[in-house]
Amino acid sequence: TLAERTNLAGVRHILLVLSGKGGVGKSTISTELALALRSAGKRVGILDVDLCGPSIPRMLRVQDSAVHQCDSGWVPVFVGQDKAIALMSIGFLLERPDDAVVWRGPKKNALIKQFVTDVAWGDLDFLIVDTPPGTSDEHISTVEALRHYQLLGAILVTTPQ
Amino acid sequence: AEAAELRARLRAVRHTVLVLSGKGGVGKSTFSALLAHGLAADETKQVALLDIDICGPSIPKMMGLEGEQVHQSGSGWSPVYVEENLGVMSVGFLLSSPDDAVIWRGPKKNGLIKQFLRDVDWGEVDYLIVDTPPGTSDEHLSIVQYLSATHIDGAVIVTTPQEVSLQDVRKEINFCRKVKLPIIGVVENMSGFVCPKCKNESQIFPPTTGGAEKMCQNLNVSLLGKVPLDPQIGKSCDRGQSFLAEAPESPATLSYRNIIQRIQEYCEQQHFQEEKIM
Repeated sequence: TLAERTNLAGVRHILLVLSGKGGVGKSTISTELALALRSAGKRVGILDVDLCGPSIPRMLRVQDSAVHQCDSGWVPVFVGQDKAIALMSIGFLLERPDDAVVWRGPKKNALIKQFVTDVAWGDLDFLIVDTPPGTSDEHISTVEALRHYQLLGAILVTTPQ
Repeated sequence: AEAAELRARLRAVRHTVLVLSGKGGVGKSTFSALLAHGLAADETKQVALLDIDICGPSIPKMMGLEGEQVHQSGSGWSPVYVEENLGVMSVGFLLSSPDDAVIWRGPKKNGLIKQFLRDVDWGEVDYLIVDTPPGTSDEHLSIVQYLSATHIDGAVIVTTPQEVSLQDVRKEINFCRKVKLPIIGVVENMSGFVCPKCKNESQIFPPTTGGAEKMCQNLNVSLLGKVPLDPQIGKSCDRGQSFLAEAPESPATLSYRNIIQRIQEYCEQQHFQEEKIM
């Protein structure tokens, strides 16, 4: 569809932040990377595809925000000191912050596809994609959905042990 | 028919404990391994440790069993034994190389978990401990569903003190309530660090919102204990040794032992009281 081709058309580079291991600092690094790139004058967005444990909204103090729709899809939440970093996370879709997203793979895959194609990102220099631990549904779906776009590459995060 | 198969296989399991979190990297596998070691210290008890983290199985390394393979016999798959009374099963034993990625979608993961329960010949087991991956998804739904063929004593939920962890753990607690899984209690790992030189205590992961203690109060669940950070824990895990055996004097060992005892008491009590937590 036209929307699918335009929502990511203005995004110059897409960066995936991966690990395999949980709790090593993927979300922390994603957030700091976004803030640092913004500081350097870049237009930045963050896509949080950790559906079970979305950490980014709290890290950027927008855990109580909600998302709105526009003609081309969902409007991301704007965060950061100058409210110029675009963020999308399932955290914004929960009725209550402690609600567990107890979904099996197919439902997770459907939402990730929507996050990739239906968010009106606008023009961005960098879209940082924060992922959950593992090598499963979220990862396969994200890479598949982003296949036709400007995937810069992956940053892998670990701890020493 | 499938349910009957599972029921038959799990009939000889007396107690089942799930180790959950919601958050990754908080010490679920470490705790599962130490719980297994702690319970198996009583040679009269038969302990089984089942690792259902399909993408990131840590248990083989932590139990010193890397490189072991699973053998088949007439009665099914044989667990890999660490001690005579401590058997382990993990996808790690099915990989040809430890760095092989298991890139499976939900349904395939569920299939393997079912096989682990249906095809492994655990024999008579006093304690079945199930280590899980982070999250509230396929693996968690499936294990609860498949284990309904037997009785799950409850879940032990592991966290670290900071809000970013507690946030995910509250979701896990809600998951347990949603699927009617009793919560034995919460363990707060990485709770403070005592310098071995100056004995000063630091909060490496400050409990900015009150830590597990406040969360447990608010959600009316038991806090089983707090375990301090001890660099020896990570080292023992990397080397596949039991931290409890390698550092018997560590404050962390004392905490772990107290928590293990509380879990044992909870499970033993289940036989005398048909009380449901929720």
